[in-house]
Amino acid sequence: MTVSVAAAPAGGRLSSGALRNLAQAIRGNRKATVGAALLLLFILIAIFPGVIARDNPSADIYARALNPSFKHLLGTTALGQDIFAQVIYGTRQSLIIAIVAGLLATALSVLIGVTAGYAGGLVDNVLSLVTDIFLVIPTFPLIIVIAAYTKNAGDWVLIAVLVATGWSYGARQLRVQTQSLRNRDFLVAAHLRGERNGRIIVFEILPNMTSLLVANFLGAALYAVLAAAGLQFVGLGNPDIQSWGTMLYWAQNNEALQAGMPLWAIVPGVCLALLGAAFALLNYAFDEMSNPALRPVRRKRGR
Amino acid sequence: MTYVVRRLSFFVVTLWACITMNFLIPRLMPGNPALDMMARYQGRISPVAYKALEVAFGLQTHQSLPAAYVSYLGNLFTGDLGTSLTFFPDSVESVIASALPWTLGLVGLTTILAFILGTVVGMIGAWRRGGKLDSLLPPIFIITSAFPYFWIALLAILVFSINLHWFPLGFGYSNGAHETLTWGFVGDVLRHAILPALTILVTSIGGWILTMRNNMITTLSEDYVSMARAKGLSPGRIMIDYAGRNAILPNLTGFAMSLGFVVSGAVLVEYVFSYPGVGYMLLEAVDNGDYALMQSLFLLITIAVLVAVLILDFVTFAIDPRIRTQS
Repeated sequence: MTVSVAAAPAGGRLSSGALRNLAQAIRGNRKATVGAALLLLFILIAIFPGVIARDNPSADIYARALNPSFKHLLGTTALGQDIFAQVIYGTRQSLIIAIVAGLLATALSVLIGVTAGYAGGLVDNVLSLVTDIFLVIPTFPLIIVIAAYTKNAGDWVLIAVLVATGWSYGARQLRVQTQSLRNRDFLVAAHLRGERNGRIIVFEILPNMTSLLVANFLGAALYAVLAAAGLQFVGLGNPDIQSWGTMLYWAQNNEALQAGMPLWAIVPGVCLALLGAAFALLNYAFDEMSNPALRPVRRKRGR
Repeated sequence: MTYVVRRLSFFVVTLWACITMNFLIPRLMPGNPALDMMARYQGRISPVAYKALEVAFGLQTHQSLPAAYVSYLGNLFTGDLGTSLTFFPDSVESVIASALPWTLGLVGLTTILAFILGTVVGMIGAWRRGGKLDSLLPPIFIITSAFPYFWIALLAILVFSINLHWFPLGFGYSNGAHETLTWGFVGDVLRHAILPALTILVTSIGGWILTMRNNMITTLSEDYVSMARAKGLSPGRIMIDYAGRNAILPNLTGFAMSLGFVVSGAVLVEYVFSYPGVGYMLLEAVDNGDYALMQSLFLLITIAVLVAVLILDFVTFAIDPRIRTQS
């Protein structure tokens, strides 16, 4: 067991080293590069919407149902609002929900998954059962039911619901990963050094699961984007806020497709799809990184 | 037999958890659903029906929570789900019975088809690693798996119904058609089902392709595959009987675990196409403040998924010899 102390991976130096590795990894993988570029673009739009779109997204002051023109890049809605401005200003809400719900869901996954994997025994059995139950329950109908009771309750209720329904998949993965780490030499060494369990989890286990944690966040964020948009689309969000899901709701309500304003419904959908694709591409790239067997084969098979 | 017992008890525990959740949610939420419904359907609710609503939503102030729970369970097991207000005066059971076949036919068949197709494509893709199929399909499906189901549905309507006039805009069958078993009616139903089915297929198949491909890649590096090659077995037999048969097991578990997601997406697809199934009914119920119907539909969808998971557990048991010898 004396050798194992030396063999211990550098725990605790999570910040700068891991970030540099991350940047390098993203540059080295084409899927990750595309995903990261898309995500960065949306983040910039979300921070500076006023720089890109001049019109006020909620002002219904223009002629109705205009076709795209230089003045209105994507035309106007049936209510006389500028569609381009709505798309640009809608970015922020969709992105915030994705990131906040993604982070909180990942935190909950870590709390439950790592605890279950690390503690083992009865704690593990109970937590795994809870995880499996949440995994098989169809979440979207559940969200619909809860949203029906808390009508237009605002972003925080929405985020809480998305977190409550979106953590289980990650928890299951993290539990398995923790179990496989638990009996490694460097953790045994940490035990022998007399480190507390909490410290071992934060400084020894979590740094060894960075890629899995990032993948989990991306998966949870993707889920949050799609679920939130779906909920807003069927009219269970707050119809007064600027978001892509809300745009789709109004477009559907005004029969935008049949009435010759297809861009009203198509463009927010494209944005949702692109943001979702950004998360999915990054997620897949991280999957490839943590599982070398999945990396694309570049050379011809030598057989 | 331990595996079967374990999965059966998981089914029972999950079922209990869902029923309890269904019982607790209306009681934990702000507001008074029964009064809400009363106000909305003024004059149409008889005092007797109101009493039933109170039991369903736990608003009898004289009844303690445990007692309410017992009477709730009693009502549930005798199949008394209350009266639907959206489709007054039909009972909730009869409304559900009319919606269920549509969803089973559309979502059930399409999901199974997507799983089988996806598994086969993933298997072949991994077998010809780096080939045309393998370098083309996975990236496409990573991206389509991120698309919102309902938006694909909107696009399908725009292109195939509005612009090309190939398919109807929505609904399960033409207005005025008679629900009889004639070729004309069956054809009409199929014509209405094609677009929603394609939407579900396109958005759900990607996941199966990717997971099957990844499982298959892991399996292909196993010693028994090399052994099969060394024995000189035909490539098709190695791919299907050796690698594929083992790679499909985790995929089946994954299928069971993600059924909930598929059903979630299908709810929105039904909504966009106004397809008269369970998902569309659920949103109608929400729209009309018909909480009795809404709660029952949620429970029904959950139970359907749980039963499907249980069936998949038995399929796994049947085709995985490791589980059989273990028990």
